[in-house]
Amino acid sequence: MTDFVQLWVYLSSTPLFGLTATLVVYVLAQAFYARTGQAPWANPVLWSVATLAAGLTATGTAYPTYFSGAQFIHFLLGPAVVALAWPLWQRRIALRARWGRFLLASLIGGTAAAGSAAGLAWALGLPVEIVLSLAPKSVTAPVAMGVAEKIGGIPALAAIFAVITGMVGALSGKYLFDALGIETGATGWMARGFALGTAAHGIGAARALQVNADAGAWAALALGLQVVLASLLIPLVARLF
Amino acid sequence: MKALQGFAWLLVLQSAGEALSRLLGLPFPGPVVGMVLLLGALRFPLVRASVATVAEFLLGHLSLLFVPVGVGVMTHLGLLGHYGLRMATVIVLSTWVGLGVTALVLRALMHGEGLDAGSAAVDRDTA
Repeated sequence: MTDFVQLWVYLSSTPLFGLTATLVVYVLAQAFYARTGQAPWANPVLWSVATLAAGLTATGTAYPTYFSGAQFIHFLLGPAVVALAWPLWQRRIALRARWGRFLLASLIGGTAAAGSAAGLAWALGLPVEIVLSLAPKSVTAPVAMGVAEKIGGIPALAAIFAVITGMVGALSGKYLFDALGIETGATGWMARGFALGTAAHGIGAARALQVNADAGAWAALALGLQVVLASLLIPLVARLF
Repeated sequence: MKALQGFAWLLVLQSAGEALSRLLGLPFPGPVVGMVLLLGALRFPLVRASVATVAEFLLGHLSLLFVPVGVGVMTHLGLLGHYGLRMATVIVLSTWVGLGVTALVLRALMHGEGLDAGSAAVDRDTA
């Protein structure tokens, strides 16, 4: 028994632990998601996060210990943002023809998401650092962190808000679009995918990609546009207040 | 080997993006500048062939990359307990506003494009 405890203490303190736990839990969550026929409520990010957080809390493992291993996965977010140029390049002809309209939809949608978040947070009397950490929540986590840092929010909190936003979008998007009467033809998938990429970044895009390849592509485009617009405009607008 | 070359390109362009962002005091984070640089570099077939494989792998597993940050929610449980309900209200409602407004605006803008007649989203030459 003592040997087992010593072994656990050793293993749980090496970077190997965080990395292994993250991958294994995610692979299992992904398999579960596939088994449910990709039901929105079985979202693999949601279940991986919940399982890992519960596991770490139950075993008394500190987050920094876990992150010393998980950082190798976290690090890949940077190259993944760079890689977003690929789906954009693939659709460059479709893009060039509709450039202005995509930009306009991204601008209006992004403003609606960030504006309603900051406005509502302010109206509900949340502290100013929280309001500022909520503003960039529609952009992918690493960018949300950068923007929050620039405008005086809390980067770690902004990242968590971004992840929760992505999960909310991935979980409820389908029902919201159905309720709004967005079709599932080519235009409908474009609207659904683009909206998920705009308001629910990478997690929304991952969901769109699993449901429909075109929706996933438009989501990647929307996510790329939102990253550029939000990192340019949110700090500018924040400066006005 | 192709995948490794592609990954090297992503890292080189991200580093160049970080350097440019800092040197010029740009408002964009380094990886975003890297994305714009890659968009320009993709016109070269050499870059395109190697980046395609690794980009599709990374973007195909994009949701995994958010897990480590997501688990960080456990470090802010105190804050979440205190403001949790209000923050959850803000996040859920603003996400719905963002999703709904974007989808409706884009559908209205694309109305009459004849997309539903069946045009491929991916350009034929690169598909």
